[in-house]
Amino acid sequence: MTGRVSRFERTTNYLVLGVFAVLALTPVLSVLVAALGPDDSATAGPVTTVAGLHVGNFAEAWDVGQFGTYLRTSLLVSVLVVAAALVLSLLSGYAFGVMRFPGQRALFALFLLGIMLPTEAVVVPLYFDLRTLGLTDTLWALVLPQVAQSVAFGTFWMRAYFRSSSRAVVEAARLDGASHWQVLWLVLAPLARPALVTLTVLVFMWTWNEFLIPLVMVTSESLRTAPLGLAFFQGQYTSGFTLLAAGAVIVATPVVLVYLVLQRHFIAGMLEGSVRE
Amino acid sequence: MRGGRSRRSGPPGEPRLVAYLYLAPALLVFGAFALYPLGRTVQISLFDWDGLTLATWVGLGNYADVLQDEQLRGAFGHAAVLVVFWSLLPLLIGMVLASVLHRARVRGLGFFRTVVFLPQVVAMVVIAVAWRRLYAPEGLVNDVLRAVGLDGLARGWLGDYTFALPAVGLVGTWFETGLVTILLLAGMGKVPQELYEAARLDGAGRVREFLAVTLPSLRGEIAVALVLTIVAALKTFDLVYVTTSGGPGGSTTVPSYEVYRRAFELGEVGSAAAVGVTLTAAIFVVTVLVTRLVEQRDER
Repeated sequence: MTGRVSRFERTTNYLVLGVFAVLALTPVLSVLVAALGPDDSATAGPVTTVAGLHVGNFAEAWDVGQFGTYLRTSLLVSVLVVAAALVLSLLSGYAFGVMRFPGQRALFALFLLGIMLPTEAVVVPLYFDLRTLGLTDTLWALVLPQVAQSVAFGTFWMRAYFRSSSRAVVEAARLDGASHWQVLWLVLAPLARPALVTLTVLVFMWTWNEFLIPLVMVTSESLRTAPLGLAFFQGQYTSGFTLLAAGAVIVATPVVLVYLVLQRHFIAGMLEGSVRE
Repeated sequence: MRGGRSRRSGPPGEPRLVAYLYLAPALLVFGAFALYPLGRTVQISLFDWDGLTLATWVGLGNYADVLQDEQLRGAFGHAAVLVVFWSLLPLLIGMVLASVLHRARVRGLGFFRTVVFLPQVVAMVVIAVAWRRLYAPEGLVNDVLRAVGLDGLARGWLGDYTFALPAVGLVGTWFETGLVTILLLAGMGKVPQELYEAARLDGAGRVREFLAVTLPSLRGEIAVALVLTIVAALKTFDLVYVTTSGGPGGSTTVPSYEVYRRAFELGEVGSAAAVGVTLTAAIFVVTVLVTRLVEQRDER
């Protein structure tokens, strides 16, 4: 088959491929290059090019921009959201995927609604009601709304998994006298590892990259997440691009690393899970 | 539902009650932090409220503003323009790209996939910082224009009344094209090879092959791509917040940015809520309409 495609066509394909790869990478690489270049904020005059990689920019951004604090908050929020979303989605996905109960369809429709629900639809009362409760500017205000959004998708995701793959297994385990609780945790959860990895990767990425909720919910600097910290750093630190670029690299790196290692799960999840919001 | 009967004949009543217990934790969090606030948004949207003092009932007044207020109408108009850049352009480019890639097996496809999908995983704030730099008066975009002799076109793109919105839009094209391409490529991989072989035996060229085999087989993937990208276009917030803050002169403001600005900067909370509800309704309508495309296909 491949033989029928002419050499000219093959060359064209590589050309198209190359052009698009370059276009896709340019903005990302330009930030990386700037972050590794000489600091451009100190010299007002002609740019003094110092050869070599200036890895020290990252250390400086870490200190000046407080990216260490922001990363710690982001990590804490992401771990909490991912852990809660996984456990809750396993439970609810199991109920929807394996059990039968009255009101099942209506309840599931509610969760589907949640997948489409944009943050903009809930953020206004969330802020004012949580403020009334004294919960704004706390970890709770960052974590709970994001668990709610992730659990809608997680329920949908785990239900699909449980429905497709486990009827026979569940029935065999039930005949052996296992309780539902045991079936879920001892039989199904270990089998569901690929689905769970994908869910973890997606929820981690969404939580790490979320911007509106931290922007609205948090005022103290110690609770700023990494993207929020970067946006504020850009507003305050206007001289030169080097440190801003270093900060941007710091903010992007954790998810990019996970992506490069687990890209199969990223792509599968984004394509199959499709509509989260 | 053949399996249903056997399960119902298990221990009487047990699965029913237990199911609710399994569901309860998720439903509780979801209800309290998503469904209840949604209801509250609808409620707040019916009031004139500054977030501090007593609210005044205005009925659908805030919604009338969405239709009449120039700034709000503009915001929704801008969102429609962004849909072209975030959804239609990536679909067109992705179609060409995916069919080129699919027709001839090329080496390095894995690398290419990784690269074009990369924008999807980078935080939008980072993307915004990068593109602000590229669009700056002394940035790469203008460098390239000057290099090819188009000096006259060079400008501060994000500060330009006419070009700021298309500039924001092009970031979306850049962002979504890889996703759409890979989605379509995956779909093309599922089309039975025999169909292509038959088409080629019939002497179909690239274009005929594409129209007769590829396009009809891809309805589902196209629908998913449209839903994902249109919804992303309608919800654009981080990008606008970091690159233009809606400016210059409101020329790039979008509904989600208006929600934020009205609620948390201008103290027009009721109006913000109405914009949020309208935006949500628009997203639901798009999702339902496009999803029906897929269902029609499944019925055949």
